[in-house]
Amino acid sequence: MNNGKRSYFLITTTCFGIAFLYIPMILLVFYSFNKSRIVPVWGGFSTRWYGVLFESEEVWEAVGLSLKVATVNATFAMLLGTLAGLALVRFGRFRGRTLFSGMISAPLVMPEVITGLSLLLLFITLKEFIGWPDQRGFTTITIAHITFSMAYVAVIIQSRLTGMAQDLEEAAQDLGAKPFRVLTDITLPLLAPGMLAGWLLAFTLSLDDLIIASFVTGPGAVTLPILIYSRIRLGLRPDINALATIIILAVAIGVLLAAWIMFRQQKQRELELKMSEEV
Amino acid sequence: MSPAADYDDRPWLDPDAEPFIKVQSVSKHFGDFTAVDSVDLDIYKGELFCLLGGSGCGKTTLLRMLAGFETPSSGSIIIDGVNMNDVPPYERPVNMMFQSYALFPHMNVESNVGYGLRRDGIAKAEIEQRVEEMLAMVELSQFRKRKPHQLSGGQKQRVALARALIKQPKMLLLDEPLAALDKRLRVQTQYELMNIQDRLGVTFVVVTHDQEEAMTLSTRIAVMDVGRLQQIGTPTEIYEFPGSRLVANFIGNANMFEGRVIENGTDHVIVECKDPTCNFYIDHGLSIPEGSKVWVSLRPEKIRISKQAAAESGTNCIKGMVNDIGYLGGTSTYRVLVGDKHIVEVTSPNLNRPKDGNPPIDWDEEVCLGWDASSSVVLTK
Repeated sequence: MNNGKRSYFLITTTCFGIAFLYIPMILLVFYSFNKSRIVPVWGGFSTRWYGVLFESEEVWEAVGLSLKVATVNATFAMLLGTLAGLALVRFGRFRGRTLFSGMISAPLVMPEVITGLSLLLLFITLKEFIGWPDQRGFTTITIAHITFSMAYVAVIIQSRLTGMAQDLEEAAQDLGAKPFRVLTDITLPLLAPGMLAGWLLAFTLSLDDLIIASFVTGPGAVTLPILIYSRIRLGLRPDINALATIIILAVAIGVLLAAWIMFRQQKQRELELKMSEEV
Repeated sequence: MSPAADYDDRPWLDPDAEPFIKVQSVSKHFGDFTAVDSVDLDIYKGELFCLLGGSGCGKTTLLRMLAGFETPSSGSIIIDGVNMNDVPPYERPVNMMFQSYALFPHMNVESNVGYGLRRDGIAKAEIEQRVEEMLAMVELSQFRKRKPHQLSGGQKQRVALARALIKQPKMLLLDEPLAALDKRLRVQTQYELMNIQDRLGVTFVVVTHDQEEAMTLSTRIAVMDVGRLQQIGTPTEIYEFPGSRLVANFIGNANMFEGRVIENGTDHVIVECKDPTCNFYIDHGLSIPEGSKVWVSLRPEKIRISKQAAAESGTNCIKGMVNDIGYLGGTSTYRVLVGDKHIVEVTSPNLNRPKDGNPPIDWDEEVCLGWDASSSVVLTK
């Protein structure tokens, strides 16, 4: 393979792999520019469905609600997940630690249908007894999302803390920092990248979720996945293709931006390393 | 020299001196495991004290108890007259330099060094001035804005030292301070550490597994093994007068002979060895009965090796055959087979250049080993 000729087998498998991943998306983008109302029939190039989409208030409301839920969810999940991760790694062995750590990761493996159903039951029971939540919608979806995305954040924080040498915290204590000072001066700044990763993950999980949201939502609260799913059930629609294309574009821009930032940081680090070696 | 001046460098000999740090029958258990086993230790002001031992001997646990990261299971630690058992690390007049240096990666050199002063709420102008002085001392002034990952190993080590010293602690604890440096840098840094300690007069307690490091650095060494103190003494005492076979073997190399005391006079002792057959004449008396089982330790460099039995070797002389030669340039190490299977190691300086390239003593040659009556040490355990 080093003689410049590449094996046909490898080229073929690579092409198939890429095709398998991307042909569906390319089709989707392609049909979003279809003039015809009937999706699989090509009626010429047009951007009319984008126009339809932008005029649809329903879609914008769903996008707004999804973003609102995702933001609030990510923020709470990050805070609670970080605290849970800290408790699991840094407070030594307490009674029931193994049980606690098992319970924290249970939502990761629990089928979403079960999580959704149990949360719905909880909200109904709560309404029965304390009269809250009055109506299911934004609040209940957000609470439901926090319960499972928090577990993901806790796992991320846990692994980052385990990799982080404890002697940094001890060094701060040794230099006169009280435990709370150690947390704010050393632990949290060093955890920041992990917390950011956790926030982003929680945000994406929430934007993506259809099953749990449809269990705990109520009248009038329609998130973007719920909207897309309910429209598709009545048959393929070209305006949904347009919506999906916009989402693909947004994700692609996000990924490219992240890659570019990472590339720049890598360059910077290499440069600094060279500098320290030269001195 | 007056006796008082004599005590200045050796406070542990002064019966009136008050120890600065008193470790009183301190033990530390982790579950069933005993890391430190009833250790008693007195360290005096201005000492550079080494805790020496292999891994798992409890030296690091003892150091962490001095710093306050571990609490003793029993016993007490007194620093400058204050019992430290219930004092948390952030209130102790002690600072520590970590083996990994533990520099805060998100702060630059300046902020790292000034961290301890900021936590004490000292005025900004004073912090700046003291950081500057400290950085000048460790010769890092031009690196003040660098982050730790932009520094080399030796520079990191100096930042860690500056950060630990800036609060002017009563005692500085150093956990394997030179372990992460390469050989050449280590030797250089060793002397720098000694100079800084001498200049500031701070009491240093160093943990190390490297006996060479301990020998060059310290005023006194405490040899530890499986949680217990084996021996405390100056480097010379530990090397020349080891208290046990364990210490003799741990510090440097030693040839060990097992034997029995057959004559115990006021000014000499004779120890008879069976394997190899040899009588040791030692020029001082011992307070043990004749017939006791003892071990004789003989350092490789204290043995003379020659082709003919020299007249002055007197009573201490054995014959053997050269089994192996390690030529190290300045010295050569000979492994000499004495008797059937006993190997005696001899280190000998290469004083003369061999004329025709042939070594003065060759493989498989019959040689005589001789040593002075004062060279060997009798050990009872």
